[in-house]
Amino acid sequence: MSFITRGFSGRSRERDPRLPPGQTKVDDWPVLSAGPTPKVDPEVWSFTVTTETGAQTHWSWDELRALGLEDIETDIHCVTHWSKLAMTWRGVPLDKILAGIPTHAGYAMAHSYGGYTTNVPLPELLNGQSWVAFEADGTPLEPEHGGPARLLVPHLYFWKSAKWVNGLTLMDSNDPGFWEQSGYSLHGDPWKEERYW
Amino acid sequence: MGHVDGNAIAGSLAEIFPFDVTAAVGRCAHCGSTGMIGDAMVYFAATGTIVRCANCDEVLAVLVETPSRIWLSLSGVRGLTLPT
Ligand SMILES: [Zn+2]
Repeated sequence: MSFITRGFSGRSRERDPRLPPGQTKVDDWPVLSAGPTPKVDPEVWSFTVTTETGAQTHWSWDELRALGLEDIETDIHCVTHWSKLAMTWRGVPLDKILAGIPTHAGYAMAHSYGGYTTNVPLPELLNGQSWVAFEADGTPLEPEHGGPARLLVPHLYFWKSAKWVNGLTLMDSNDPGFWEQSGYSLHGDPWKEERYW
Repeated sequence: MGHVDGNAIAGSLAEIFPFDVTAAVGRCAHCGSTGMIGDAMVYFAATGTIVRCANCDEVLAVLVETPSRIWLSLSGVRGLTLPT
């Protein structure tokens, strides 16, 4: 991981307006994992949406991708103060995954292979704001970066973009996910610096 | 990214506990095995530190140090015993 200067003020040069407060631009893509990296074969990968009533919908790898892949260009912002700008991603928007699913839930918990969870308000997964992503910068996601598929919610801090994602549970209440139970923000807007409780 | 052993968190935990936690013996709430915290597997994630059971890989403890406080979850540890 590259060295990061907290509170860099950019006094000597213009600060990039794409950088939220407290963030520094990186060119590499730092990886630090919370556990063993799950190796998930697309042959056995599946994605499950569970509504607040317990109703489940499942997709295989091919079925989910057949909903329609989109190309996205976006910046990502890690809560540990690095941002990576103008990345290209390919994935299926949550709008297409959730389109036929009846729900009155206000929140979603993303679930991952390996047991990781993270909570996001459901409206912030819709309207072109999130994807199940399969590729970044033109190549399939490496397991270290959350492959074969990760959630991509680029307008929130990157811990919300759950690696190795395999489903969403729709919830009436804003239950905290893995890091949110240990001090991280329930929301995580980088432009408001919503890092911690 | 690999892991190191539980002694790697001795410094952080010394800020919380007045004894050497790495010598404490805990029972894993997931698989029931017992072991010293110092023998558990420690992963340094970008967001915090995860302690996992050396036997079953499940999460024993989560440690997050924010600028204003330390968060310690021991949700995967059922009882800690210490030599007196
Ligand atoms: Zn265990």
